[in-house]
Amino acid sequence: MKVGVVVFPGSNCDRDALHGARLAGAQAELLWHEDTDLHGADAVILPGGFAYGDYLRAGAIARFSPIMGAVRAHAARGGLLLGICNGFQVLTEAGLLPGALRRNTTLRFEHRWVRLSVERHDTPFTRGIPAGQTLRLPIAHGEGSYYLPDAELDDLEQSGQVIFRYGPPEGNPNGSVRDVAGVTDASGRVCGLMPHPERAAEALLGSDDGLLLLRSMVESAAQVEAVA
Amino acid sequence: MIAVEPEIESDADGVTVGSSPAAVELHRKLGLTDQELAAITDRLGRAPNDLELAMFSVMWSEHCSYKSSRGLLRTLPTTGDDVLAGPGENAGVVRIGDGLAVAFKLESHNHPSAVEPFQGAATGVGGILRDVVAMGARPMALLDPLKFGWPDDEATRRLVRGVVRGVGSYGNCVGVPTVGGELLFDPSYTNNPLVNVMCVGLVAENGLAHAIATTPGYAAVLFGSPTGRDGIGGASVLASANFGAGSAEMRPSVQIGDPFAGKLLIEASLELVERGILEGLQDLGAAGLTCAASEMADRGGTGIRIDLDAVPRREDAMAPFEVMISESQERMLAVVAPEDVAAVQEVCRRWGLPSAVVGLVTDDGDVTVVQDGEEIARVPARALASQAIEMNRLASPPHRHRAAPAPGEPALAHDGLPERGMDPGSVLEALMGHANLGSREWVTTQYDQTVGTDTIEGCDKTAAVLRVKGTRKALVMATDSQPAVAAYDPALGAALAVAECTRNIAITGARPLGITNCLNFGDPGNPEAFWQLSESVRGMGEACRALGVPITGGNVSLYNESPLGRIAPTAQIGALGLLEDLDLLIRPQFRNEGDLVVLLGEAGAGMAGSAYERIAGAAPDDRPPSLDLAREASLQKLLQQAASEKLLNSAQDVSGGGLAVAIAECAIWGGLGADLTLAVAMAPAVTLFGESPTRVVLTIAPEHWNGLARLAAGVRIACRRLGTVGGDRLRIRLVGVGATGAAEERGAGVADEVDVPLSELRKAWTMALPRVLGQEGHA
Repeated sequence: MKVGVVVFPGSNCDRDALHGARLAGAQAELLWHEDTDLHGADAVILPGGFAYGDYLRAGAIARFSPIMGAVRAHAARGGLLLGICNGFQVLTEAGLLPGALRRNTTLRFEHRWVRLSVERHDTPFTRGIPAGQTLRLPIAHGEGSYYLPDAELDDLEQSGQVIFRYGPPEGNPNGSVRDVAGVTDASGRVCGLMPHPERAAEALLGSDDGLLLLRSMVESAAQVEAVA
Repeated sequence: MIAVEPEIESDADGVTVGSSPAAVELHRKLGLTDQELAAITDRLGRAPNDLELAMFSVMWSEHCSYKSSRGLLRTLPTTGDDVLAGPGENAGVVRIGDGLAVAFKLESHNHPSAVEPFQGAATGVGGILRDVVAMGARPMALLDPLKFGWPDDEATRRLVRGVVRGVGSYGNCVGVPTVGGELLFDPSYTNNPLVNVMCVGLVAENGLAHAIATTPGYAAVLFGSPTGRDGIGGASVLASANFGAGSAEMRPSVQIGDPFAGKLLIEASLELVERGILEGLQDLGAAGLTCAASEMADRGGTGIRIDLDAVPRREDAMAPFEVMISESQERMLAVVAPEDVAAVQEVCRRWGLPSAVVGLVTDDGDVTVVQDGEEIARVPARALASQAIEMNRLASPPHRHRAAPAPGEPALAHDGLPERGMDPGSVLEALMGHANLGSREWVTTQYDQTVGTDTIEGCDKTAAVLRVKGTRKALVMATDSQPAVAAYDPALGAALAVAECTRNIAITGARPLGITNCLNFGDPGNPEAFWQLSESVRGMGEACRALGVPITGGNVSLYNESPLGRIAPTAQIGALGLLEDLDLLIRPQFRNEGDLVVLLGEAGAGMAGSAYERIAGAAPDDRPPSLDLAREASLQKLLQQAASEKLLNSAQDVSGGGLAVAIAECAIWGGLGADLTLAVAMAPAVTLFGESPTRVVLTIAPEHWNGLARLAAGVRIACRRLGTVGGDRLRIRLVGVGATGAAEERGAGVADEVDVPLSELRKAWTMALPRVLGQEGHA
């Protein structure tokens, strides 16, 4: 079971994601943005950072990079794909996930510990999270306010694609509509979230709740690999 | 850095100087004195041409040459068993075992931040990051001690917002967590904020890079952003003087940061260092290419020949002096064997960075500049760098200053104990809500503190703690300064800052390995300002020697003055410590109901320079508290010993706001109150709010009391039980002569006491910054 972590110029959580994937039991390798194949990765993480500087709009340029062709094909094949923070922004810009991430309503960069409720436990990313358990994770972003027009958000909720929401006690840190912190695509195999599970993978650093998410993904990918 | 800007007398009339009598004056317009021009002529054996003069003017600035401070800095202790690189390198480096080492340094970006707070602060972060990268180290943490005027006017609040956003923007973008620092308000910093930034990086001991050019025939490769006119300090003066006037006159001299390019530069540099294909590496900061070329050649005893036409540029028609002294950001100079040039340029290309061979290492000891095949400057590298001029400055103390009594000297009546008869609970709430003491969350939520997955303790506690992956070790880091005390007694202020900073390391159980510093002072040509600087260096050196901690590097920032006057003397200290086993980490917050609260050390007289003095005033002839360095060293050893014997559940040092504030912080962080009794010897204010040093609040399990008391007695440190942790209130009863006396004077039937719900203290503490800066961080 191998996880590939894409390195865009400006990615800055690439090594963190690599570290997190390894803690979750996977082999993990960095994938260069100029590459056109995934070196046999069973699951792919688009990490946090400021890909290509994010000077135009977060994630707006990264979607054109050579590796994204292989990432799209991987997702189309049903491969697991996780976007964290800037990676989530890239996935929405690439049209692989619904919605958009706007500037935080506080108009500031926000670094805070938040608590996520887990809305579904039957996705490849959440299957190992015990029912009723919330996740304590850090956020670190300036443009993380999730947006989707009301009607579309109704549909998204209806189809069970909203899988993480900001919850008490800290609440919604960035003004995301209906407290949405993370979503999946229709297949449930592409997931994006603003908080950082890879930074909460060891109790020493304040929380290991994020490991539940990463481990779910790694175990799901391993199962697919075993079946194949 | 604006290397020359503060030293140039502005040419207000905009007189264009081109004729020969006026050309003689060029050196003055560049900020060089007649004496300095004579020294340059002496070193060259001839008069310098204009380009050479421009190169000297930036290299002989205070920032690059330390011409006023070099003699003082030589007195500092800089060596130690763990020190791998000391002052003179891009950053100090200390060994931490397991084949690893840590590079760290503090630097200032004060003047640019006063002009343009966002870019000034951002490029300050970029600059210190590159200093650490130039040692081959991967930056793992930033700390930003900041000082501003009192935030009661919008101009100051604008500076605060801009600087905080600037620091955050650069650090957040390159993915280096900002894990600590300070935010201090004092009227002396009005219009002249201090933006000091410390960077800490990790490097394999055998992977250290050095800023050196030793092999003639090797190539100098410039990589990173193309060179532009930004950041040419005093460009307007240069232009009007001799290089053709025009729009360049109005060009801002503050550099513009590009954190994205900075991130690519870090990754490319570290990849090059890791591949072992560099002989030398240096970042381009103040004085740009001139500084990097001359310092690398000087260190290696070589020369370097710069081909100006090869320098990648982002603007047309740049004059030679502009290329040579441009401070465009995000650039590095590498010295490489000819056969490795292609490999170096390929790494740069992969990271999307322009690179070019701009020079050749020579054996003639000179920095030569060539354009169109013609030599247009030739200067001995050492004349620009290690043999730059030194200034003998006059130092004289002000007519009246209030030094602390010598340790052990009895507190005399005229020490002016503060007025009795206060309500200590209200004073405590006022202190907790004071802008200098309250929660820093307004600032620190704008900093990414957890990127890198090493942060155990970030900005919100006394010291930052980061683990070292692949080991059991943790690095502990803190910054401190004591400008309010230094305003009375600069040597004491600097020594107190060293003592507090290392104590902040020691309370975690760690051992301080080294100190870095940033000396922020006024015009060294003013004898009183120079006295403040020399006294501060003396105090800092004495403290470091007594505590056995070397100073591994730092930076000097002079001319910190505004029309309102000179800043308070500010020796900013940064300390790095090592915890060998992170299972032994002690944190400051109260942990368990029923734990004993213990005070190590004793309160001394002297409220001058304290936060209490700021809100309540103090007697006019009161003095700052004294510092006994031998006792401080004993206390710090005791803390490490007690931590290693697992006696401690928490430890917090007593500093700003005094004992009551230290206890309140432990309570707020731990979410647990306490019920305590304090013996008052002199006056309640001294006991509760005095800031005399060498004191620590501990909590321990009751069964460890005997063990701790025995350890403390062994090193003659006072050790007292104050009470127990628990409940949701902070109650501090006052007993003893001083306490009852105060109550009687007020006609109260019972002695004063503190008895405040924790929730009220937390509220005051949380609202301290939003109250003065506004709820939101945006401009």
